[in-house]
Amino acid sequence: MADCSVLPESLLRRLEKADDGLNSLEVAGALGVDHQLVVGAVKSLQSLGEVIQAEQRSSKHWELTEEGKEVVDNGSHEARVFTAVPLEGLLQSELMKLPSGKVGFSKAMSNKWIRLDKNAEGGPRIYRAVDSITDSVREKLHLLRDGKEDAMDDKEKNELKKRKLLAEVNIKTYWITRGSAFTTSVTKQETDLTPEMIASGSWRDKNFKAYNFDALGVIPECGHLHPLMKVRTQFRQIFLEMGFTEMPTNNFIESSFWNFDSLFQPQQHPARDQHDTFFLEDPAEATNFPMDYLARVKKVHSEGGYGSQGYKYDWKIKEAKKNILRTHTTAVSSRMLYQLAQQGNFTPVKYFSIDRVFRNETLDATHLAEFHQIEGVVADYGLTLGDLMGVLHQFFTKLGITKLRFKPAYNPYTEPSMEVFSYHEGLKKWVEVGNSGIFRPEMLLPMGLPEEVSVIAWGLSLERPTMIKYGINNIRELVGHKVNLQMVYDSPICRLDS
Amino acid sequence: MPTVSINRELLFQALGREYTDEEFDELCFEFGLELDEITSEKEIIVREQGSDKADGASDVVLYKIDVPANRYDLLCLEGLVRGLQVFKERCEAPRYRKVTPASGEHLKLVITTETAKVRPHAVAAVLRNITFTKERLDSFIDLQEKLHQNICRKRSLVAIGIHDLDTICGPFTYTALPPAEIKFQPLNQTKEYTAAELMQLYKTDGHLRHYLYILENEPLYPVIYDSNGVVLSMPPIINGNHTKTSLKTRNIFIECTATDLTKAKIVLDILVTMFSEYCQESFTVEAAEVMYPNEKTYIYPELTYRKEILTADYINKKVGIRETPESLAKLLTRMYLKSQVVGDGSEIEVEIPPNRADIIHPCDIVEDAAIAYGYNNIQMTIPKTYTIANQFSLSKLTELLRQDLAAAGFTEALTFALCSKEDIADRLGKDISATKAVHIANPKTAEFQVARTTLLPGLLKTIAANRKMPLPLKLFEISDIVLKDPNTDVGARNHRHVCAIYYNKNPGFEVIHGLLDRVMQLLDVKPGRDHGYYIQAAEDVSFFPGRCAEVFAKGQSIGRLGVLHPDVITKFELTMPCSALEITVEPFL
Repeated sequence: MADCSVLPESLLRRLEKADDGLNSLEVAGALGVDHQLVVGAVKSLQSLGEVIQAEQRSSKHWELTEEGKEVVDNGSHEARVFTAVPLEGLLQSELMKLPSGKVGFSKAMSNKWIRLDKNAEGGPRIYRAVDSITDSVREKLHLLRDGKEDAMDDKEKNELKKRKLLAEVNIKTYWITRGSAFTTSVTKQETDLTPEMIASGSWRDKNFKAYNFDALGVIPECGHLHPLMKVRTQFRQIFLEMGFTEMPTNNFIESSFWNFDSLFQPQQHPARDQHDTFFLEDPAEATNFPMDYLARVKKVHSEGGYGSQGYKYDWKIKEAKKNILRTHTTAVSSRMLYQLAQQGNFTPVKYFSIDRVFRNETLDATHLAEFHQIEGVVADYGLTLGDLMGVLHQFFTKLGITKLRFKPAYNPYTEPSMEVFSYHEGLKKWVEVGNSGIFRPEMLLPMGLPEEVSVIAWGLSLERPTMIKYGINNIRELVGHKVNLQMVYDSPICRLDS
Repeated sequence: MPTVSINRELLFQALGREYTDEEFDELCFEFGLELDEITSEKEIIVREQGSDKADGASDVVLYKIDVPANRYDLLCLEGLVRGLQVFKERCEAPRYRKVTPASGEHLKLVITTETAKVRPHAVAAVLRNITFTKERLDSFIDLQEKLHQNICRKRSLVAIGIHDLDTICGPFTYTALPPAEIKFQPLNQTKEYTAAELMQLYKTDGHLRHYLYILENEPLYPVIYDSNGVVLSMPPIINGNHTKTSLKTRNIFIECTATDLTKAKIVLDILVTMFSEYCQESFTVEAAEVMYPNEKTYIYPELTYRKEILTADYINKKVGIRETPESLAKLLTRMYLKSQVVGDGSEIEVEIPPNRADIIHPCDIVEDAAIAYGYNNIQMTIPKTYTIANQFSLSKLTELLRQDLAAAGFTEALTFALCSKEDIADRLGKDISATKAVHIANPKTAEFQVARTTLLPGLLKTIAANRKMPLPLKLFEISDIVLKDPNTDVGARNHRHVCAIYYNKNPGFEVIHGLLDRVMQLLDVKPGRDHGYYIQAAEDVSFFPGRCAEVFAKGQSIGRLGVLHPDVITKFELTMPCSALEITVEPFL
C-alpha cells in the first residue's frame, strides 16, 4: 500500500496528466488505497488554497457484504451443500449440521440439484439429483468484486441483496480538477509556531495549517463563586455606593425580645407561633436584657404610652426570653438603633445588612427554611414617606428597576407601611419586589431615640432576584447541598443593572 | 394575610356599580388590598378535588381579596363595601349606637369563679329584629371563621358563639365544669354527648380537632347555660344545637369568651358593627351586662368612639406633603376616620370609630391620610442624610478571601446553617453531646434539628449530590457556624469558618495543605512556630489515623486539616478519598 504522506503528491502528479479531472474513487482504485485516505488528501490539498478544486459528488454503487465475500472465496451455500452430499447420499439430519446446511439445502432443492428420500432406511436421506452444477452466484459475485457491475442486471442484484450477499452503498466522491495555483510540489504544512521557528526565522518560509475558528476553546481550569453570593456582593456594593454602613449580623440565635418585643410585635402575634418560628431547646432562654429598656417595652405593649394605646395584654418576660433562630435581620437593626439611642447625642445613620434568616415554614419550590434577607435602614430627623420612596427609587434604579409603584400594606413594626411593586416586562404585570415602612414610635421611643427622629426601612429577599437573574425555577438548585455545580461553573458575572 | 372570598355580583350590587376586573384590582391596590384571584366555587373544587367532583358546583364568580392582617373591619362583604363606599365618598360612615332595652333591663351573663383558670373573660351583645338572607347568614358565619383564624388566634384568645335568642332565656351563666358533668346535643349532631365524649368525637373532625388542645389538659371545661339549664356553647369548641341560628332567626345573642379581654372586646365590636346593618333599626346594638365573680358589672359592646387631635403639620411632615388642614380632614374622613379642623385652624380632630381597632397611635392616622392622598401621588424626595459607609470587618475579610479561594481553583458552595444531629455527630464519628451544638425545640423534620457546628457536612453533602461531575471536585465555603457560649446574652455565638474539600481518586492532602499555605499567605501570616502558623499531628475520629493535623496561628488552635476517615466518606455516601480543611478566620480580623 502506498505511503499516506506522499498521497497528496501522487494525487497531484496524476492530476497534472488528467486535463478533465479525476474521480477520487477511481484514484483510490488506481493507487490501491482506501478511498477515505484519498478524501483526506483532497481535504489537506484544499486547505492550501487554490492548488486544486474538488467538487463533492455522491454515487451509488454495489458492494459485497462480508457474507458475499465469503461466498466468492468458498462457493455459495447451495454449492457447498451439493459438494457435501456423496453419491451414496447423506442423512438429512447430518446435512443440517453443516454450516451452510439450512440455507444451502433449500436453495439446492429449488435448483433441483439434490433430492430428498423421506422413507429411506435410518431416516430422511439426501441424494444428488444431477451429476454436476455451475455455481453462478459465486461467479457473478466474483465479477462484481472485480468492479464489473454490468455482469448482473438489477433483478439479479436485488435477488442477491435479499440474500444479504450484496449491499447498495452511497459513496461520497470528489471530482478533482486543477486549481488556479496548481502545482505538483507542495510544502508540508506546519501545525503551529514553535520556538525554533522563531529563533531560526524559518516561520517566514512555512505554510501554516488553518485554524478552525468554529470550534470552542478549552475552558480554563478555575474555581467559581456561587451565583447567590455574586448577587450578594452586588447588593453590598450598591449599599456601600449609597453610603450605608454594614451591620454585624453574625448572630443567628436571637432572643424573642430583640426579634419581636423590641419591634412592638405583640406576644400573641402569629409569627411567634411554633409553626412559623424555630424555638431553641438548648440554650432555651436569653439573659442580660437592658432592664430599664425592657420595662419600657413591657409598658408600651401592655399599657401603651408615647401617644399609643398599646396592645393592652399581659406582657410576659418569659415569652421575651425565649431563644429563637432569628426570623429577620430587623432584630439586628433593632439592637443597632437601641445602641444608637444610647450614645447620647443622636447622629444620623444609614445601615444595611444581607444575611440569613430562618422560618419554620412549609417548604416548596420557592421557599426554604432559611433564606437571605436584604435590609436597609435610614435614621434621621424628619424623614418622610416621600423620602422613603425616593431612597427606594434610587436603590431599585441601581438594580435596573425604574418602574415602581407603592401599595399600602401592614407590618406590625412599621406605620406607614408600603409594599414595593415593579413592572415586570416579561410577565406583563406588577410584581412585589420588596416591603418597606417607617418604624413605629412604639418601637423607637422606648429605645430613647429623639421624638423628631424618623427611621425608614425596607427589605427584600436575596434569593428571589437571584432566581430571576439566573433563570432558576427551583430554589434547591441554587441554595443548599443539592446545588447543581454545573450551574455554578457556568453562571455569568452579575451586573444587576444590565 | 387573611383572604376573603366575595361574590362578585353581590359586591357590585352593594357597591351600586359595575367594575371591570382591572378597575377593581386598581381600586384594591390604591386602598391597600390585593385582588389575589378571580375564581368560582366550581374552579376551586376542580383544582382541589378533580373535575368529577365539581358537578353542579356554582360557577358564580368569586373575588379572593387579601386583607391586611390588622383590618378586621374588612373581613366580610358588609365591611369591605362600607369601607370602599366611604373611601369613594359614595356614603358617609354610619354611626354605631348601643341601646338599652326598653324595659331598662339588660340581658345578663354571669361569670362564675370556676372559669378563672381556663378562660376567665366573656363579653356579650344582642342584635334585635335582624333580617337574614342566605347570603347574609353565610357572610356572618364566614366572618366568625375569619376572626377565629386571625385575631382570635385559632380560638385560643377568643371564641365566638352566636345564638337564636328566642330559643333561650336569660340570665346566662358562664361557668366551668368537669368534662363528665357537661352533657348536651352539640351543633349539627342528633344526640347528646358529654364533653368528654365530644373530645373523642371531634378527634377525627377535620375542622374542630385543631381546637381540642386548648381544653385537652384542663380539669374544668368552660360552658354557658341559660336560666333553664340549656347549653348555649362549650367554648372554644362547639355551640349547642338548641340555639342554632337560621334564616328565620330574628334576635341574636352573641357571646365571646376569652383569655384576652382586649381582643374579645374588639371581636364583639367588629361583629356588631358589621351585622347590625341588617337590624330593623340599622347600626343599633342592644347592650348586655356581664357580671364577674367579684360582682363587678360591665356593659358590652363598648362601641367606643375615641378622639385624637393631630396638627396638620405633623401629618404633612411625616408623609412629605403640603395639604391644608381642611383637605387632610377630608382625606381622613374618606378612611372611615371622621375628622374636622378644630382650634386655631391648624389642628384636626379625628374620631376613631369602634370598627377601627387598628388605629392605636397617631402614626396610624398618618398612614390613612397618606393612603387617601394616594401613595403614588406623593413626591419622591432624597433625604439629605450625610453618612460615610463602613463595611463590617468580618464581611470585608470574607469577601476578599472568597475571591482568592476561587482564584486558587476552588468553587464556592452555599450550604444550610441548619442540619440534622446525625450530620454533625454520627456521620463524623462524633457524639452529639461532645459538640457545643444549639438544639432546635420544634423542628418539622430531622433536617432542622441543630445549627451546624462545622461547615464540613454541608460540603460533603454537596459533593454527594454532584457525584456525576468530573473529578477532582474542589469546594469551599466561608460562612458561620454556631456554638453554645455562656458569655453572650442568648447563650450562643456565630463563628466565621473557612472550609475546603478536595475529592478525587487520590486523597490529595498536599492540595489541601497547599491551600492552607495559600490562605495564610493571603492573610500575611508566615510559616513558623513563634509568630506564624504551623501544623502539628493530631487525633481526630473524623480523620484517617495519622493523616490529621491541627492548625495553629496567632498562638492558638484555629482548626484542622487532613484526610477524611473512610467511615466518614462512606456515611456521606461517597466513594473516593477526600481531604479537608476547616479553620476559623476570626483571629485574623
